[in-house]
Amino acid sequence: MELLSGAEMVVRALRDQGVKYVYGYPGGALLHVYDALFQQEEVEHILVRHEQAATHMADAYARATGKAGVALVTSGPGATNAVTGVATAYMDSIPMVVITGQVMSHLIGEDAFQETDMIGISRPIVKHSFSITRPEEIPEVIKKAFYIAESGRPGPVVVDIPKDMTTPTERFEYEFPKSVKLRSYNPITKGHSGQIKKAVDLLLAAKRPVIYAGGGVIMGDASEELTELARVLGYPVTNTLMGLGGYPGTDKQFIGMLGMHGSYEANMAMHHSDLILAVGARFDDRVTNATDKFCPTAKIVHVDIDPASISKTIKADVPIVGPAKAVLKEMLEQVQAAKKLPEAAVLKAWWEQIDDWRGRHGGRYRTDDSELMKPQHVIEMLSKVTNGDAYVCSDVGQHQMFAAQYYKFNKPNRWINSGGLGTMGFGLPAAMGIKMNFPDEEVVCVTGEGSIQMNIQELSTISQYNLPVKVICLNNQSLGMVRQWQDMNYESRHSQSYMKSLPDFIKLVEAYGHVGIKVEKYSELEEAMRKAFAMKDRMVFMDIAVDPFEHVYPMQVPRGSMRDMWLSKTERT
Amino acid sequence: MRHIISVLMENEPGALSRVVGLFSQRNFNIETLTVAPTEDETLSRLTVTTIGDDHVIEQITKQLNKLIDVVKVVDLTEGDHLERELMMIKMKANNGTVRAEIKRTADIFRGTIIDVTPNTFTVQLVGASSKLDAFIEALGTSNIMEVVRSGVSGIARGEKVLTL
Repeated sequence: MELLSGAEMVVRALRDQGVKYVYGYPGGALLHVYDALFQQEEVEHILVRHEQAATHMADAYARATGKAGVALVTSGPGATNAVTGVATAYMDSIPMVVITGQVMSHLIGEDAFQETDMIGISRPIVKHSFSITRPEEIPEVIKKAFYIAESGRPGPVVVDIPKDMTTPTERFEYEFPKSVKLRSYNPITKGHSGQIKKAVDLLLAAKRPVIYAGGGVIMGDASEELTELARVLGYPVTNTLMGLGGYPGTDKQFIGMLGMHGSYEANMAMHHSDLILAVGARFDDRVTNATDKFCPTAKIVHVDIDPASISKTIKADVPIVGPAKAVLKEMLEQVQAAKKLPEAAVLKAWWEQIDDWRGRHGGRYRTDDSELMKPQHVIEMLSKVTNGDAYVCSDVGQHQMFAAQYYKFNKPNRWINSGGLGTMGFGLPAAMGIKMNFPDEEVVCVTGEGSIQMNIQELSTISQYNLPVKVICLNNQSLGMVRQWQDMNYESRHSQSYMKSLPDFIKLVEAYGHVGIKVEKYSELEEAMRKAFAMKDRMVFMDIAVDPFEHVYPMQVPRGSMRDMWLSKTERT
Repeated sequence: MRHIISVLMENEPGALSRVVGLFSQRNFNIETLTVAPTEDETLSRLTVTTIGDDHVIEQITKQLNKLIDVVKVVDLTEGDHLERELMMIKMKANNGTVRAEIKRTADIFRGTIIDVTPNTFTVQLVGASSKLDAFIEALGTSNIMEVVRSGVSGIARGEKVLTL
């Protein structure tokens, strides 16, 4: 058997796990590992400019592929800089393995240089964490970390490695386990057939059904099964922010996103439904609005891989614990075996009602009141120019909501955004992570002038690795979502939401060697965007001036039901 | 309602902090907490008493089960069970009347005086938490110098066991 040092084992185990890229930043506690990385070519290290970006790159890879991304950061500030990225992945159930350096074992607890209790700091935001206490256990711990991160309800796993566990002169027998078992962890692989039967009976008898599908469909690779079940039944489908692309966005059965900024028809259909089939969604506060007023006439079937998500905020009438893919497949089989379809006349009446709602609002926005470019229009143009086929990585704020509402995602795993934690600064590194792994695909970062500045240093990483992503910066010269809330709830007192002294983004990106395009008029937009996307091998930053007074609508009224919404600055339901 | 939740978990560093952290992170309440190794040295048993409605208790057991280090969780209060807590209580006992009264009360509660000085008595008492509360109430608080309680341990009655 081969003898390897702990440092070599870390790198070798990653290789044997099939890892191609590791995103990271070196430092004292990891120098042995970085030396081992230097001496091989199979695992490529991508050097970011800030550890947060390393975690977002790894996270975005995971969102696109379902496989755990890997970040490698040193102890102390390296680890704490990665914390936001770990929390981002945790909130959206994204598989990720974060390897953190640690000071030498004998120094732990002595406030040594660059010492931080990363296991302690990350405890509430990881699925699990490991601290290496013997170099020999490195291969098995790394295997376990990937297994835990990727199976069941996915999530980030931290592996903390004290420097003396990687000493180059101490060698141990290396063997990478083919599989690992944990007696206390057995992720469920199948739903309960009896429960699925109950759900199917309810589904077939429903008069006003809605299928409400979330991120579990994306991470659970269940988009095909969802689409087929919805089509066989002919029922309307709404997606959560995390679930967009799980059902084709241009399909007529798709009624849009639901929730705080959901479509009028999706929120109305939910409120009036008599049966909700929730799949891989968790009834979070940005979806349900006030839980005591939530969908008063609906029975709820809740499919989720995490039993703790079921009946956490909204009580399920039929709980089904299991992976979305397996449960939906069995559900479809049972529906087909029942040889009975929902009553056509009843379903037709429900669709007429939904189409009426769709006709009344249907995602329109005002275009007539100003010469200023509407951000919604920019996203619609982006959808047109990229044929709805790009990977869209978003930052957080109004632009994120506009992208969610107006970009029509027809494929899963292409809408990459921080839904749960709402991490500004996520978009650019996420786009880099996607482009790195899918060099032939169109990758867009939709951002604002606020969010982009939270990780703008990564323009340098983009130069180093030649990652020709396209940045669509909706520049409204203010923190738009904060400003919107201040307009609506604080009599337009714009406390700290105005971004004074913005940089000249064009000069800035040019300084990093990229291309900048400024757009200020409607008439210039399409041509400029086509020009940007024609530059296949260049990173292009589009600084697009948009209406600073625009709000995101619909917007649910606080403490109301699903159907209580503002539809514009002056109309509400 | 008060519940006694027993948790079998890996006897590994960090496991306890994950359980305790979960309670504070998710705003669950902890009344008492005890933890010690079991006959199987790879496992620890933790007993927590908590107060909450059915919805909260369901979330607590589900969230505990999600922790990778947790092997098994049982809510003992769902079935017949035994509960015991140990208390050591140090009291001022500096005259004959008080000493006699403490002795008498301890006997009634089947407590044992385990340490004596000219001015103090230390009584050991084992029982359900409510019995320990009753003992303190019976003696009145004026003579109490120090109270140490172990927290609740519990076990199911009959043949039901919590093992691997």
